[in-house]
Amino acid sequence: MTLIDLANPTRFLALTARVLPWLAAATVILLTIGLYQASLAPDDYQQGATVKIMFIHVPNAWLSMFVWGVMSIASLGTLVWRHPLADVAAKAAAPIGAAFTFLALLTGSLWGRPMWGTYWEWDARLTSVLILFLMYLGLMALWRAVDDPSRAARAAAVLTLVGAINLPIIKFSVDWWNTLHQPASVMRMGGSALDKSFLIPLLVMAIAFTLLFLTLHLAAMRNEILRRRVRSLQMMQASRVAFSSEVGAGSRQETASKEAGAA
Amino acid sequence: MMMSLGPYASFIVTSYLAAAVVVIILIAWVALDYRSQTQRLRALEESGITRRSGRSATDMR
Repeated sequence: MTLIDLANPTRFLALTARVLPWLAAATVILLTIGLYQASLAPDDYQQGATVKIMFIHVPNAWLSMFVWGVMSIASLGTLVWRHPLADVAAKAAAPIGAAFTFLALLTGSLWGRPMWGTYWEWDARLTSVLILFLMYLGLMALWRAVDDPSRAARAAAVLTLVGAINLPIIKFSVDWWNTLHQPASVMRMGGSALDKSFLIPLLVMAIAFTLLFLTLHLAAMRNEILRRRVRSLQMMQASRVAFSSEVGAGSRQETASKEAGAA
Repeated sequence: MMMSLGPYASFIVTSYLAAAVVVIILIAWVALDYRSQTQRLRALEESGITRRSGRSATDMR
């Protein structure tokens, strides 16, 4: 099945029906393994047991940017290739991305209080992620504000691509500015700074959360396609009602004029 | 074996609980939305409104 075949929503629905149970099962298995490994990870020599927050915080922080990246590619699909499923993908991803970003902010805050002595600091990394969260909310509001899905899709696609500028700012904020947030310790030049006892559970949790996103995203896309089917059937229903009332009014007028002529 | 979470146990437990709650909300949202859309499609079909292709609106094959 090629990308062109998937442009047909019915074929896409058939694919999701087959793939979703396997994705959900793989997510549950990897999450279970990841949580088990995280529970066995040793305490950090400086942070103690609070290092366990990392196994939740980092996957959510990665996903907050990954989801916006997915939405940006989908937005290109809307504006450049006009792929019929591109705006469906972008719209379905936004609430999921917002939820992951919220979790990244919340767990980061809960990690920050014992480690930095504060829940919040207006430093570049924290502020840029907060801006990302607000952009997710803005995008969701925009989708709701415009009734016509194709008009909403184009406006949302432009906003998403403009918002993608924030992704490198988030990533490199810890290098460009003097921040309270630590610099990258997994994806960096010269390899990871993390010990294997932390790195392996972290990677398992990151893959598990990515699978969770894929599962939820496919399910949310399926729902969005069904919602659009409901909308088009409702429009058909409304046009039938309008047509039959017009025909009814026309025939009543004809009868009335015949009666008037006979009289 | 009981895991020792030290003096900041409440921060760790709250983080994991918050993640669990948000993930459960996401799953519930997706599941309830699916149920709502399929119910609306069935109601439309029962009222005689069908797709141009003639296939069932809830058909996913």
